[in-house]
Amino acid sequence: MAGRSLLDKVWDAHTVRELPGGQTQLFIGLHLIHEVTSPQAFAMLREMGISARFPERTFATVDHIVPTHSQKRPLADPLAEQMLQALEKNAAEYGIRLFDPASGHQGIVHVIGPELGLTQPGMTIACGDSHTSTHGAFGALAFGIGTSQVRDVLATQCLTLARPKIRRIDVTGKLATGVYAKDVILAIIRRLGVNGGIGFAYEYAGAVLEAMSIEERLTVCNMSIEGGARCGYVNPDDTTLAYLRGREYAPTGAAWDRAVGWWRSVASDADARYADRVSLDGAAIAPSVTWGINPGQNVAVGERLPRLDQAPPSERASLEEAYAYMGLRPGAPIAGTPIDVAFIGSCTNGRLSDLREAARVARTGRVAPRVRALVVPGSQAVAREAEREGLPELFRAAGFEWREPGCSMCLAMNPDKLVGRELCASSSNRNFKGRQGSPTGRTLLMSPAMVAAAALRGEVCDVREML
Amino acid sequence: MDTRVSRVAGRACVLRGDDIDTDRIIPARYLRCVTFDGLGEHAFEDDRKQAKGDHPFDAERFDGASILVVGRNFGCGSSREHAPQALMRRGFQAFVGASFAEIFFGNCTALGLPCVTLAPADLARLMDAVEADPAQSVVVDLAARTVACRAGTFPASIPDGARGQLLDGSWNATSVLLEAGAAIEACAARLPYVHGFPG
Repeated sequence: MAGRSLLDKVWDAHTVRELPGGQTQLFIGLHLIHEVTSPQAFAMLREMGISARFPERTFATVDHIVPTHSQKRPLADPLAEQMLQALEKNAAEYGIRLFDPASGHQGIVHVIGPELGLTQPGMTIACGDSHTSTHGAFGALAFGIGTSQVRDVLATQCLTLARPKIRRIDVTGKLATGVYAKDVILAIIRRLGVNGGIGFAYEYAGAVLEAMSIEERLTVCNMSIEGGARCGYVNPDDTTLAYLRGREYAPTGAAWDRAVGWWRSVASDADARYADRVSLDGAAIAPSVTWGINPGQNVAVGERLPRLDQAPPSERASLEEAYAYMGLRPGAPIAGTPIDVAFIGSCTNGRLSDLREAARVARTGRVAPRVRALVVPGSQAVAREAEREGLPELFRAAGFEWREPGCSMCLAMNPDKLVGRELCASSSNRNFKGRQGSPTGRTLLMSPAMVAAAALRGEVCDVREML
Repeated sequence: MDTRVSRVAGRACVLRGDDIDTDRIIPARYLRCVTFDGLGEHAFEDDRKQAKGDHPFDAERFDGASILVVGRNFGCGSSREHAPQALMRRGFQAFVGASFAEIFFGNCTALGLPCVTLAPADLARLMDAVEADPAQSVVVDLAARTVACRAGTFPASIPDGARGQLLDGSWNATSVLLEAGAAIEACAARLPYVHGFPG
């Protein structure tokens, strides 16, 4: 009998029952909520007169709408204050633990779940946020859902889901200096396309993933959704266990030993079968930069932008649209593109190791005169650790602004926004039209170290020249 | 209330382009709210402004359309249900495209809005036909798994699970999930982490 994958094992363990049409009623072990996608779900529960089925398995935080210059209440934006108040009321009324700014544990939902030890191997996880795929770094099945499904989870702790196929993606070899997890996932999306993952879960493996820290794996899994995959995961290993040990919500004592046994048992068997397999040579991956309006439109920093006459006919309209929006020239080098703003942060790259790598670059110079540069830690815990290491002073001395934790300039639901056609070097996850708050604003996605390098030079450049 | 959805018939609107994300469908600034009310008027607001009136949503010939015809990977990106809510509140009751991002597809199903896919050549014929004659009626038939217009009747795909939920009216999943009753707690009891890895 062929071995089973992690997805098979975890899916089967969480199956409440099979539903007609081949869907599964899947038990959700950890439910995370935030202020943007939950208020309407609670309103629906109230209308139905239903309470939360497992309130102790839902945790809340506030991240999208919090300003990063001051979290003082009331929040300056009355709409944001109203959303936070709604979250506070709903959490209190439904018996849900809320990590608000006063708790000392507030932060981006996909940063705090892992750092609190809430995210564990073998779990099913759901959150009304597409980047829930992040949590797959621990060997969990983590699904981004919409608000009606948030209602379903609150009411029943279950979701109606179709079992995805599994594509195993091996990244072999060893990454070169100056090449990061962000470059790995950008290379994967470039290869497979932004829609290549539809119908699939991505299982990331190979020597490069094995050598990665949990924080790096979080970056890779985070952008599974940008590749169109339903979720992405890495099998749990010693790195996973070492990260979890001692975390607030991790088991202790004899329960830890039993947990380790179970966690190891859910990893994919060596002879597991996959619907598809893809392999990338990690040594061939270079620092990457998006140039267009979706994350698949990226090039290595030393490359020139794709020419229209070399593109397959089916892609030409997309390329033309991207060039028209971005104001870049086909065939031009990406290096040397002037930037206006540099943003370091987000659920993709707002963790301590990201800030450390950016700081290594930042300490070598000063932010270019025309450039506005922001560093936004992913959580209060990340901010505290960074402060212990003196990172805020280092960034400030180099001309960066050091902010309070939140989603910040990733998505324009708080005061951190681009203005007009500003072009932003960003460590976030989406370069969609208007994503960073100005309807005509432009985003170049890259690793935090590459963002720091661009901030100093005032233009896109190869971070390897500065390390 | 009869919640079954077996057929959507009406005028269609063609929105060309691939990989249209939910930030474009409803810009994030309109997510600063605690209800979905009023989202319809802001659908594609920034795209429409930049098109200076030359956007399908501002074209009189598509007024009153209840079916939106789109390209590949429609609804990618953010999980915001505000996107299908905005389109629904604008009057769309069904989507026909080359492919749909999965969270968008799930959100639509949860609202009783079918998303069906056509083969590329059929989709191109449908788009051309509707643009040439937007007044014609287009029929999305879930029971027959077809999309029909004057140019022809095309085989349409939709996963069995979602199709079943729409056909039998069980797309509002909460009540179906509740029917599992104690089986939910039984499943939880089998999962060691739910109870702190007891010995």
